[in-house]
Amino acid sequence: MIRSPHFLAGLRACLPVLPGVAAFGAISGVAMVGAGLSPWLAALMSVVVFAGTAQLAALQLIAAGAPLGVIFLAGLILNLRFMLYSLSISPHLQALSPRARWLAGYFLSDNGYAHTIARIASQPTAPGHAEYFMGACAAIWVTWESATIAGIVVGAGIPATWSLEFVVVLTFTALAIASIRDRAAATAAFAAGITAIATIELPFRLGLIAAAIAGVVAGVIAERWAR
Amino acid sequence: MGTLTALALIALLAVTSFVPRASFILWLHRVKLPTYVQRALRFVPAAVFTALFVPELVFADGALDIGLHNAKLLAGCTAIGVAMVIRNPLATIVAGMAALHLARNFLGA
Repeated sequence: MIRSPHFLAGLRACLPVLPGVAAFGAISGVAMVGAGLSPWLAALMSVVVFAGTAQLAALQLIAAGAPLGVIFLAGLILNLRFMLYSLSISPHLQALSPRARWLAGYFLSDNGYAHTIARIASQPTAPGHAEYFMGACAAIWVTWESATIAGIVVGAGIPATWSLEFVVVLTFTALAIASIRDRAAATAAFAAGITAIATIELPFRLGLIAAAIAGVVAGVIAERWAR
Repeated sequence: MGTLTALALIALLAVTSFVPRASFILWLHRVKLPTYVQRALRFVPAAVFTALFVPELVFADGALDIGLHNAKLLAGCTAIGVAMVIRNPLATIVAGMAALHLARNFLGA
């Protein structure tokens, strides 16, 4: 697998995005210790979970007093997009051994998926899509994990007066703006923001779930309207 | 946070992370999601990310606080502006943190 030219091609294709992946990985490492997780637990979380946004959301929710059930729901919602990736990539991973498929299920990432699906779209009959996918995902995984650990080490040395926990909020701000690519998505974001404010009194931080549903419904309606 | 809570949190999050990713790769090769579900899922990131950051900016100590003396709100608006112009997460975060500390130290916010 690792010596396959397709694996190496996938790895190489990801090179341009690695600095961005490393930056976000480092931020999430800093933010995890900023949220009060010990460095060892933060490193364990990063390797076991390998889902930056869900990790940061969970830490923010725990700080706000949400119970584990709500955090579980929020994690599922945040990771729903991976189900779409899984759906769209699975026909192209049939060549993998069962064991490699478990690995693929673990390290499917936004960038690994995006690069592979772009190759499949432009060269549908090219050989080795599965190996290419594994190469791309491996490049992202190694970069993400090493950057996160660097962030954990640095973050552990930053004094509390710097308000490092606010990095988590700003990360979600950046991600929200980046995910608004058209008017329907902007409507979804607006509806979710208003709902989140209006439902702040709900117990267990359930307002987040309400806001997610309101946002998705608003987005679907806005899209219908535009057509 | 206690170590046990943290370990429980990690185990729960591992499930929410692995199951959606592995779903179709490992278990559901032959299932197809209806198009309207796929369409709706497109709005999940914009909705969830916004719902995660907005309350943190407009509430202070449990009360709605929209004004120039709210340092987090000022920092958040700066970050939104930078994100819209540059679309770079790192620049957004650096600008937001800088704005937070400027507002606290110089505006007394």
